[in-house]
Amino acid sequence: MSEALRRRFKEQIKAMFGAEPQKPALIEERAQKVHELKRLTNKAELAAAKEAHRARAKHHRWRNRRWLTLILVNLLFVVSFQLDIQILEGALTASRFIGFHLIDLNSALQVMLAHKHIITNLLIGTATVAVLWLLLGGRSFCSWVCPYHLLAEWAEKIHLWLAAKKLVVDQPIDRRLRSAFWVVFALLALLTGYTVYEAISPTGIVSRTIIYGAMSLWAFVWVLALLVFEIFFVRRAWCRYACPIGLTYGVIGIFSPLRIKYTLATCFHEGECRKVCLVPHVLDTVIKGRAVDIEVPIGPDCTRCGLCVDVCPTGSLKFDIKGLSKLM
Amino acid sequence: MSKDELPQEAPSNETSQAAAKPPLSKERRLQARRKLLRTFLLTGGIFGAAASGFLPLAYAQKKRLRPPGALDEKDLLASCIKCGQCVQVCPVEAIKLADLVDGMGVGVPYIEARAQACDFSCDAIQCILACPTGALTYKKPAGMRIRPGAPLASKPILLAKEKDAEPTLNMSERIGVARLTRPESCLARKGQGFKGLARGPDFPGKLRYVEIDRWRPIKVAEHPYDVPLCDLCVQACPIKGAITLEKVTGPEGQVRALPVVHEPCVGCGVCEMICPTEPASIEVMPGEGWRA
Repeated sequence: MSEALRRRFKEQIKAMFGAEPQKPALIEERAQKVHELKRLTNKAELAAAKEAHRARAKHHRWRNRRWLTLILVNLLFVVSFQLDIQILEGALTASRFIGFHLIDLNSALQVMLAHKHIITNLLIGTATVAVLWLLLGGRSFCSWVCPYHLLAEWAEKIHLWLAAKKLVVDQPIDRRLRSAFWVVFALLALLTGYTVYEAISPTGIVSRTIIYGAMSLWAFVWVLALLVFEIFFVRRAWCRYACPIGLTYGVIGIFSPLRIKYTLATCFHEGECRKVCLVPHVLDTVIKGRAVDIEVPIGPDCTRCGLCVDVCPTGSLKFDIKGLSKLM
Repeated sequence: MSKDELPQEAPSNETSQAAAKPPLSKERRLQARRKLLRTFLLTGGIFGAAASGFLPLAYAQKKRLRPPGALDEKDLLASCIKCGQCVQVCPVEAIKLADLVDGMGVGVPYIEARAQACDFSCDAIQCILACPTGALTYKKPAGMRIRPGAPLASKPILLAKEKDAEPTLNMSERIGVARLTRPESCLARKGQGFKGLARGPDFPGKLRYVEIDRWRPIKVAEHPYDVPLCDLCVQACPIKGAITLEKVTGPEGQVRALPVVHEPCVGCGVCEMICPTEPASIEVMPGEGWRA
């Protein structure tokens, strides 16, 4: 990894904890050349090319794959219990996949901090899930599995529709809040010996509601209140500014080889990707003149949802596995 | 709007950096102030919701029946990961998860004995086996609180597997204890028999009747009783020697009887579930210990 990319990597970790991404101080020479060439391009030609890109048919390939995966995983929980086929038993907080323990990293952390007594099954399940998401991209848990994410995506659609009609305005919030919540909920678990975050976690609540139905109906009202808040006030408030689960998986994602890769040369800087992104601070590299190298991996806070891959008119954003191109 | 959610490209509006950068315009200062205000509002909202999660601790005095092998209330609330695997393995669906308004910890398991008691149809206390965090456990680790009167004198013998090589349940503490809380309404005490369905035709609860099917619990509503002197609680009790009917002869020579609970009682609540009087004459006292 070059020095410029190394610096950017650190910057992106800081951005995940809430720092605003800064203009890079160091840019690789070959990237500088591309930036320079782009400045020399004929403005009218560029505008025409952008128009042509925008006119192209849009597709939702990755979004559809992701929604299908998310629905199937959650459906597997439901049918495992309701039809008693016992493939994936439990809920998202903890489960058994054909007998193997799987335990959500944040739930495991809360229980470990609160209970201070860790049994072997808890450790095995936590380690399995940590390795799984290390391979699969960390926050890909959010966009590919978390059922609240899907509800929030639909709420976001309503929010954007209302915003286009100028009926609501997104009210952004300080992103450092999520890190603060993470620390506070961890401390609350440790000091009170009670996993209070688990009582309000929309991920856990939605998962239990779809699996166990009526047993979790009132808790679901809290989730609905959150969705209403996201529709009328703050776009994607929970996932962006509050959820400690996202941060926990984000930390795993730092070390994950699976990520989105940005190619500078082909990018026309339309900025379509940043409009659809849940975490646009990871895409600051696509702003004109910001890319530190000709290829830049997207940071750990990225949920690997693929919306930017779908929307990118030039194919400059692609799923990538670190080191795979070298191997092949 | 899409434009609003792009990261600020103009000078960052964090106050800490204000000194190093040119002074912010009035509009930007206002924006920054509003953002700070919203941040505080969201913080307050989420902590308000989190506070409601603490309600079960405030209610902790109120006893509730937890599944077999459950740690003491505070330890249970700390260790339960709220996944419901205990719910899924229970063959009679005795275990429910508490909802927000139940005040017993969102997603933490409990048993409503009158509706569906644990009758150990699973033979091996499967809920404990299913628990991934040790919130339900066969053997409490050292240092975990043990309620007075909770330890059982010996491993309880499950009547259904009395003839098996291993007739006992791997259970060292009771989850409660049964008491005849309404002796005045008890049919046996009134010297009355019982004929018909213990809980009516619409009762969805299930029990395992070994003489009918050793491996499959059936609906109580499918099992009519006809006894000259009501002893349903004694008949239904899954634990050996936990309850007996002690006969007494009344002043006019009338045979009366009284269900008497003994030390092996584990507090499963089957007697409460089967009791045909409304409300139940015998009830399980959640979390209570044995008193001689």
